[in-house]
Amino acid sequence: MTGFITRRLASAVLLLFATSVVVFGIFEVIPSYNPARAIAGRAATAATVAEISQKFGFDKPVWIQYGNTMKLIFTGQIIDYQDNLNVVSQFVHRFSVTLSLVVPAAIIWMAVAILLGSISALRAGGWLDRGLMVAAITGVSIPVFLLAAALLYLFAFRLPWFPNTGYTPFGTDPAQWAYHLVLPWLSIAVLSIGFYSRVLRSNALDVINQDFVRTARAKGLTERQVFTRHVLRNALMPIVTLFGLDFATLLGGAALVTETVFNLPGIGQYEATAIGQLDVPPIMVGAMFTAFFVVLFSALSDVVYALLDPRIRITG
Amino acid sequence: MALDSPEGGAAGIIVSAAPSDLSPEGRQPAAIGPWQLALRRLRRNYVTLFFLALLVILVLMCLLAPVYSAHIAGVGPNTNNITGTVSVNGTQQNIVSLSGVPIGPTWGAHYLLGADTNGRDLAVRLLYGGRTSLLIGAVATAVIMILGTLVGLLAGYFRGVVDFILRPLMELIWSFPVVILGVALGTALALGGIGPVKGNSLFIPAFIIGVVYVPYLGKPIRGEVLRLREQDFIDAARVQGMGPWRIMFSEILPNVSTTIIVFLPLILANSILLEAYLSFLGAGVQAPNASWGTLISDGLTYIQTTPTYSLIPGAMLVLTVLSVNVVGDGVRDALDPRAQVRVRN
Amino acid sequence: MSEQLLEIEDLEVSFATEDGVLRAVSGVSFTVSRGETVAIVGESGSGKSVTVMTLMGLTRSPNARFAGTARLNGVDLISASEDKLEAIRGKEIAMIFQDPISALSPVHRVGAQIAEQIRAHEKISKAAALDRAIELMGRVGIPNARARARSYPHEFSGGMRQRVMIAMALSLSPSVLIADEPTTALDVTIQAQILDEIRQLTAESDTGVIFVTHDLGVVADIADRVLVMYAGRLVEQGTVDEIFYDPQHPYTWGLLGSVPRVDLEPPRRLPAIPGAPPSLVRPPEGCPFQPRCPHAFDRCRELPPLAPRLPDAGHLDRCWLTPDDKRVLRETGGRIGLTEGAAS
Repeated sequence: MTGFITRRLASAVLLLFATSVVVFGIFEVIPSYNPARAIAGRAATAATVAEISQKFGFDKPVWIQYGNTMKLIFTGQIIDYQDNLNVVSQFVHRFSVTLSLVVPAAIIWMAVAILLGSISALRAGGWLDRGLMVAAITGVSIPVFLLAAALLYLFAFRLPWFPNTGYTPFGTDPAQWAYHLVLPWLSIAVLSIGFYSRVLRSNALDVINQDFVRTARAKGLTERQVFTRHVLRNALMPIVTLFGLDFATLLGGAALVTETVFNLPGIGQYEATAIGQLDVPPIMVGAMFTAFFVVLFSALSDVVYALLDPRIRITG
Repeated sequence: MALDSPEGGAAGIIVSAAPSDLSPEGRQPAAIGPWQLALRRLRRNYVTLFFLALLVILVLMCLLAPVYSAHIAGVGPNTNNITGTVSVNGTQQNIVSLSGVPIGPTWGAHYLLGADTNGRDLAVRLLYGGRTSLLIGAVATAVIMILGTLVGLLAGYFRGVVDFILRPLMELIWSFPVVILGVALGTALALGGIGPVKGNSLFIPAFIIGVVYVPYLGKPIRGEVLRLREQDFIDAARVQGMGPWRIMFSEILPNVSTTIIVFLPLILANSILLEAYLSFLGAGVQAPNASWGTLISDGLTYIQTTPTYSLIPGAMLVLTVLSVNVVGDGVRDALDPRAQVRVRN
Repeated sequence: MSEQLLEIEDLEVSFATEDGVLRAVSGVSFTVSRGETVAIVGESGSGKSVTVMTLMGLTRSPNARFAGTARLNGVDLISASEDKLEAIRGKEIAMIFQDPISALSPVHRVGAQIAEQIRAHEKISKAAALDRAIELMGRVGIPNARARARSYPHEFSGGMRQRVMIAMALSLSPSVLIADEPTTALDVTIQAQILDEIRQLTAESDTGVIFVTHDLGVVADIADRVLVMYAGRLVEQGTVDEIFYDPQHPYTWGLLGSVPRVDLEPPRRLPAIPGAPPSLVRPPEGCPFQPRCPHAFDRCRELPPLAPRLPDAGHLDRCWLTPDDKRVLRETGGRIGLTEGAAS
């Protein structure tokens, strides 16, 4: 077990390093990218630009710049170019909003997807199955930005059932907190429900035809017992890995469109603004933040997988 | 409980006087290969066929954009006309109102779906934008299919050093948030271009999408190749003296072809979606080119007054991706049916 | 005559497929009595597995159609509701399958799987069920049962896994045990052990056994009565002695003739039955074996009924040939076989 942990930590460090290098490298590729000018603003003189350049170290060689940036990141002192805010503290503050968005959405989508996928698998070939799968395919075909915009238009403007935008912290008013988050939750959940219910149906149908399921039936177990104890357990295993990656990237801010459309001050919104302004520090921290979660959840899902399937043992 | 009558009557063998004339097997169903079997199943799947037809229609519509532009609308996709007027139900209206709000759908030949803030015909832009979206999606898909297969084959077959490099590389790209990678690359390259390729070239989004999704195909292919190379027929090929490249392409590749075919529509659908996503955020297709993603983004500002501006490109996008997905499902079912066969009475 | 446990009458099973309706089982009737072992032999595709799986209700699906009855302790298994069947399966009729590694759940411990069978029908605690499971494992010859109950199927050898299946199937003392080729996937040495195990345990409890196999050696070892199936039909039925020493159907001759014999001169070629089994989607009219039978004549256009043609009413067959003709035709080169004048 300790071998496993060590290997994972090592790969975490490597991934974080590689991520930071890649992000930094991308911005070196742009010939017209001039952060000093971006910070200085439109009307700045050459002198101001040069001054800023020196202050931030933009005139130094690439690897020194990289080194400085990484040092600033890990000492929590890195600030973004546009608004001069401390990036790390921004991430920390905004994380609770992203958490409020992502965690309930994940619970909703997994619960619904497992339910729909199971029903489809049990009634495979029937009209209910076909109907659900059509709905699922449609869900997967709608881009999230379109769905968010459409939901906002339909249910906040045309039918003023939900508030336009904005976020109320849970501590202030739980009811309002939820009320403002319903449409954003739906935006995220619909696509994932479509995807996961299809995967579950496919896995379940594979398992249902296996010999040990036949044995379970021969033992006289009820159809429901056969399904939950034998079919579902095996069908869910590959989903654990998929979910881990999905959830990790969402925690890292992948829901940036939803946050932007609904004006939720989370990590995604911050990253989106930074990307639009080519503001490197938040982008780098964001990428590394995501990479950290990816490694964490990939390790967790491997552990869960080994717990569920005794044929797999965690080797060091 | 009576048996249903068998299909078409039990037409069995007519026994001739001399039993030795008969073929010993009786009448067997005609031999049929796996591809023909799949094709037959596909032909019977009406839902898939419907969406395939729909997809073909949508693609044709977009490809005929120049025809529409020249003969029906009379303007090109980038023809500005801020100060002009158009005839709607007999009255002349401003294409772009004095306060800057563009006209909504006229449902006539000119400005069928309305105009944008520069006075450009949205219907024309919709079709040209569709062409762009589909083109980028197709090119990206081609890149992914070729690179992904190659990477998967090489990493899975040679293992060792090759795998040591390719596998972590794929993992890195895969774990990288698509958003950040795609958008950062997109914004970066849109500004400065790369090498001789200009910033607003369509190849840039195609290339980015290609890079981002290579692991999507590469990882499963690698897994399959790893599994296949342990099988006896590979040993047999080696013993026959086949070199590694020959084995990879004439023995292993045909066996992963089912996987490739199953992934093709998935990758196409996701590529089109990713292009829309990037373009929506401004990191994909650049002005003056249009794609469905840019149109949706442009239209958001007017969503309350003129929802059609965003929603019609959105609908086209969803219909196209949906058709690709349904056809993809149909192909997968034809190659490997799992759902129980329905009784035909 | 001991008590009749299972009575199957005119069983027919067919499936709707892409190519048409497949008649897997046509007009099969037989009985199983207490303490008796009935063997069902035939090639792949003869319908033997479908027959026994239908008894367990495992072939029910939207594209399956059934006719006939199968009465077990007064209940018709073919028309019983799913709920009724769930109560009977495992308790009054149980089954062991061919390939124990795939037939056991890979993610549950072995003891728990046996306990699950018990708890499906009896309201006892998990601990009590596990205790019984361990005891059963001991009885089927698994050493160190208490410790091994916590193992997973992939940690056992093939023979041990099959013993687990046997323990599981016999845990509730069913009236009838169905064994579907339980030794086919095992080494020959282990085969003998498993057969002994089955024989011993079922003798102890007077269980009726239906043993499906294609291996005549196994049949000779354990069967009391034999059913020979071909193309979904019963073609011969009798005691094991009758089938081996006085077979009445050409297909049975073919089966017996294809077994190499140590005590005779080896033939120049291994005798095999020429041709291939017929399509069950477009079955031939008349006798199903007719296209491959070297002794076929024009009466064979009409399907022979399964009837006793010898004084013994328990020995039935489906062949129009007279018993005298049969006695002559089946001798080929000093042994029973199908090919006319087989080389010796």
